[in-house]
Amino acid sequence: MTMIALAFDGLLALTLIVLAWRTLASPDLHQAVVLLVAFGLQLSLAWVRLDAPDIALAEAAIGAGITGVLLMGALGQLADSADSAPSTPGPGAAIVPLQDESQRQHGTGPRVLLLLLTLMFAAALGTAVWQVMVSSDGLLPAVQAQMPASGVAHPVTAVLLNFRAYDTLLEMAVLMLALLGVLALSRTANPSWPEPSPVLTALARGLLPLVTLVAAYLLWRGSHAPGGAFQAGAVLAGALVLANLAGAPALPAYGALLRSAVALGLAVFVGVALVAMSLEGALLEYPSAIAGGLILLIEASLTLSIALVLTLLVTGVRAGETS
Amino acid sequence: MTLIDVVSLASLVACAGFFLAGTVGLLRFPDVYTRLHALTKADNLGLGLMVLGVALQAGSWAVALKLALIWLLVLAASTAVSHLVARAALRAGILPVTEVSLARDASCQPGPP
Amino acid sequence: MTPALLYGLTAVALCAIGLHGAMAQAHLLRRILALNILGAGVFLLSVALARRAPHLAPDPVPQALVLTGIVVAVCVSALALALLRHLQADIGRSALPEDGAATGTEAAGPARDA
Repeated sequence: MTMIALAFDGLLALTLIVLAWRTLASPDLHQAVVLLVAFGLQLSLAWVRLDAPDIALAEAAIGAGITGVLLMGALGQLADSADSAPSTPGPGAAIVPLQDESQRQHGTGPRVLLLLLTLMFAAALGTAVWQVMVSSDGLLPAVQAQMPASGVAHPVTAVLLNFRAYDTLLEMAVLMLALLGVLALSRTANPSWPEPSPVLTALARGLLPLVTLVAAYLLWRGSHAPGGAFQAGAVLAGALVLANLAGAPALPAYGALLRSAVALGLAVFVGVALVAMSLEGALLEYPSAIAGGLILLIEASLTLSIALVLTLLVTGVRAGETS
Repeated sequence: MTLIDVVSLASLVACAGFFLAGTVGLLRFPDVYTRLHALTKADNLGLGLMVLGVALQAGSWAVALKLALIWLLVLAASTAVSHLVARAALRAGILPVTEVSLARDASCQPGPP
Repeated sequence: MTPALLYGLTAVALCAIGLHGAMAQAHLLRRILALNILGAGVFLLSVALARRAPHLAPDPVPQALVLTGIVVAVCVSALALALLRHLQADIGRSALPEDGAATGTEAAGPARDA
């Protein structure tokens, strides 16, 4: 049985490498973006093979879903502003294959040097990986020893929201910084999506309640099984982006309510951290009696904020509202 | 191997056949519309057979129902996506390859695409 | 050859491909794609190292860090794409001036550049 598993792993590894190479080597930008989305989905399979189902969920929703929509939206906007004057206006322009001659404009000397440097880097890192792949417990015993005090039953959630909660707090801040940057750079209005088909509207109308339920389920499930705030937020963001594409923007205008909801995740997290500091003396040191409840509170507000931030990153805000 | 295992294996092998057919169609068919047609084979019946094969091994009704729900969702999504892709292709002016267009291309006559 | 070693070596290859692409490609969108691939390689390496003991459960700390990293990577991509749109609105090209202007191949026409 392990021979079959090894063959499967080898095939998956080969697929990943070939997809990555073809993504960067294909002359058509549309093809490159689609190949990157396919790469993300194959990577989800690799996460499952490495016994990391939380990461697989997040990769499928964020790495393949949200990143794919971001890149395709960017491609559409770049094609529109390139002024290529196609005969068919509007969305048809994006289907013309996008070639760019700015590929491979360096001379032969620098290209060979770059290739040599990359190969040396790969050889050095490969040797290091080969030598370090000895069986090792890592931090697993330390985590398992502290699990009863963490308030949750799933180790990855415990690490994310209790033992390494500071990293997650800063990550939420990074999310908001990225949103601020994207909004500050939005000098043009929202890209005008093509008029939605009634099929898409019906699909979005049917999916949005169901996906909200799935997101809530993933959020609740994170305390005892793979799941949690990031996966739930990403899935919810996917549904909100779909609703936006279907011509029924599910978010209110970018006013005080939306801004408060976006900031809610970080605010709750910092609030809990300060309360814990006043109670126990150290930042983010949850009182062990209510640790589970605090983690659920933080995760719920994180889910909302992550969903809103990811949606706004993709759709932007309507013109004139970034003040 | 029990009967359930045999049925499971048979449906998974059949699923692989459908996915292979869909992939070959995606690579070999001449235009967008026929490729969409080939993909539905993989999405609908191929995935359905896979869900059947895996659900038989699931061991609990809850997991089997969840798998069936996944199949229904993929059906709905792939249907809508096929419609949207075909709609976008039509609006971009991509016409289906027909016998008439093939004959015209073969004789190299100028004309509408 | 355990799965951890196999995926670890794959991760090294992905890092190399992504790093080379980030340096060699002139078109900025392709550089963003290359950075995504480089990020995927780094994540794959971390999670493969978390699976070094096949007889035990995987190490949850690298997995949690990679989960954080995936979310941060999508934010980086979004911000980079916004910067790219801004740059193209400013100078009309999707490559930095030193990466494509000097060799003269842009005579092929800015209309084909995107």
